[in-house]
Amino acid sequence: MLHIVACIKQVPDTKIIKMNPKTNTMDRASAPAILNPYDAHAVEEAVRLKKEYGGIVSVLTMGPPPAVKAIKKCIELGADEGYMISDRAFAGADTLATSYALTKALEKIAKQRPIDLIICGKMTIDGDTGQVGPGIARRLNIPPLTGVNKVVEVNKEKGYAIVHRKLEDGYEVVKSQLPCLFTVEKDINDISFAPLPNMIKAARYQPTIWTADDLENVDRKQLGLKGSPTIVSKVWAPPKPEGGKILTGTKEEQVNELLSIVLQKKELFS
Amino acid sequence: MNFDDYRGIWIYIEVKDGQVAPVSLELLGAGRALADKRKTELAGVLIGSGVKTVAPTLFQYGADVVYVYDDPIFEHYRTEPYMRALLDCCHKHKPEVILYGATPSGKDLASAIATDLPTGLTADTTILDIEEDTGLLLASRPAFGGNIMATILCKKYRPQMATVRPKVMKALSPDPSRTGRVVEEHIELHEEEMRTKVLEIVRETTKKVRIDEADIVVAGGKGMGSKEGFQLIHQLAEVLGGAVGASRDVVEAGWIDHHHQVGQTGVTVTPKIYFAIGISGAIQHVVGMQNSDLIIAINKDPNAPIFQSCHYGIVGDAFEIIPLLIERFKEEIPKVKAAADVKEEIRHA
Repeated sequence: MLHIVACIKQVPDTKIIKMNPKTNTMDRASAPAILNPYDAHAVEEAVRLKKEYGGIVSVLTMGPPPAVKAIKKCIELGADEGYMISDRAFAGADTLATSYALTKALEKIAKQRPIDLIICGKMTIDGDTGQVGPGIARRLNIPPLTGVNKVVEVNKEKGYAIVHRKLEDGYEVVKSQLPCLFTVEKDINDISFAPLPNMIKAARYQPTIWTADDLENVDRKQLGLKGSPTIVSKVWAPPKPEGGKILTGTKEEQVNELLSIVLQKKELFS
Repeated sequence: MNFDDYRGIWIYIEVKDGQVAPVSLELLGAGRALADKRKTELAGVLIGSGVKTVAPTLFQYGADVVYVYDDPIFEHYRTEPYMRALLDCCHKHKPEVILYGATPSGKDLASAIATDLPTGLTADTTILDIEEDTGLLLASRPAFGGNIMATILCKKYRPQMATVRPKVMKALSPDPSRTGRVVEEHIELHEEEMRTKVLEIVRETTKKVRIDEADIVVAGGKGMGSKEGFQLIHQLAEVLGGAVGASRDVVEAGWIDHHHQVGQTGVTVTPKIYFAIGISGAIQHVVGMQNSDLIIAINKDPNAPIFQSCHYGIVGDAFEIIPLLIERFKEEIPKVKAAADVKEEIRHA
């Protein structure tokens, strides 16, 4: 039986987030909190593998108490267990401090039930880095396989997995020892609709919640803001470009003017 | 940690099919400026199998030193051996800054190195600067889906590291007279100890033009209404011999594959002509196309931010404008071709 852990994050929907033009800060209240879209594919893939090979899917997140909602969403998608680490000590973590805290939680989960495979989304839409997944793999000293867009086989008995990793102009087929960590692309699967029993289970579900004190052998200097080598020194609105020339006249005149502008680049058409 | 021990700007060099990746040349250009400001050396770190031969190219594009790990074990990029080599190089030669292309393997390697050293890593940087006296790297990037720009610092650790978006920095013109120092390095690695193996590499050679290599990109957004409406974008691209691009919401709506997404979380393009049609022009999209030579926007909404980021704009309904454009291009492009053919004949006569 496989034990797969998907690491997930609740994020503000950056597509709809509004900026306060006076202060140059984000109005977080303007954006609903959602399960990071890439992580939904990580959970979906974990559940798919569970159906194929048998096993248990756990999800793990770090976040403030409302992030329980993201775990419930994963239960709807078919995850069995949810874990959350939540503590002020984790606040302000960059990718290095985040991978440290998550690794400590994964070690605790693995003590209860050894982990065969960890799956993360390719990146989060609020941080846009994709650095936490490989960071966790390094800390656990297991192979990171980034950009996975197809899982060909997971063979627990023989201790290997075969996947496709996306390249800029195709893909590579990679065989890795288990346990290992995947970060997955969106095109790895389509998110299926949650069946009703999952939705009922999710509504009632309460994840296991740990504080920093609940984790073992934690070096507090490596947590949160204190444990983060990078700091944001300045935030500013991108400079507004000057704007282009708006063509005028009738539709036909506008189209003709545009045509002559484009066709000036003769070399592209000859 | 004594910061004075850490000197030099390093670029992680990617080589594919015996050629230096364009992003690595761009980073040498950016790195040269940083190294000059700090009055220090610019080095390329070259890891691969049979890659030593590209060292002269790196000198021509600005490198002073090239560290080489050349061994069959590095034939394909794999995190483990590449990481071990680069860590070895870091421990021996202690750089102040390491820059990587924000490519699949560059990001993969940088994340692993940052965790092991440990040090700070800034992702997808688009603006780089360095403080002359302190050597503090100022790495700026679009954040929160491109809604804001943020400058990230790493004050307490060395080396400072960043991945840099392709096609943002400029490569220098190669100087054939420039040369430098090759330092051959070696690290003891055994294939049987490697936990991953590349079984096969499949190149997907589609007939379609790759969007980041196309001279003309016709991109459509949510304003095209539906997957069916988006077909107009395909038609215009076909007439122009261009590639099809798309905004993020179009990709998320499933009208077109992720490969076509232009922007912060998609591809960065710098074509000769970029059409943004029915695209509102969120920063997240604009950062992916703003360096195009000629940007043309078509949008119904006169207040759409895209008109701030274009060279020429038409305020109007795409469903009226594009069919007209397609019709006119069909008439005119053959004439341009014919004129060019005539010229060619005269030249040969």
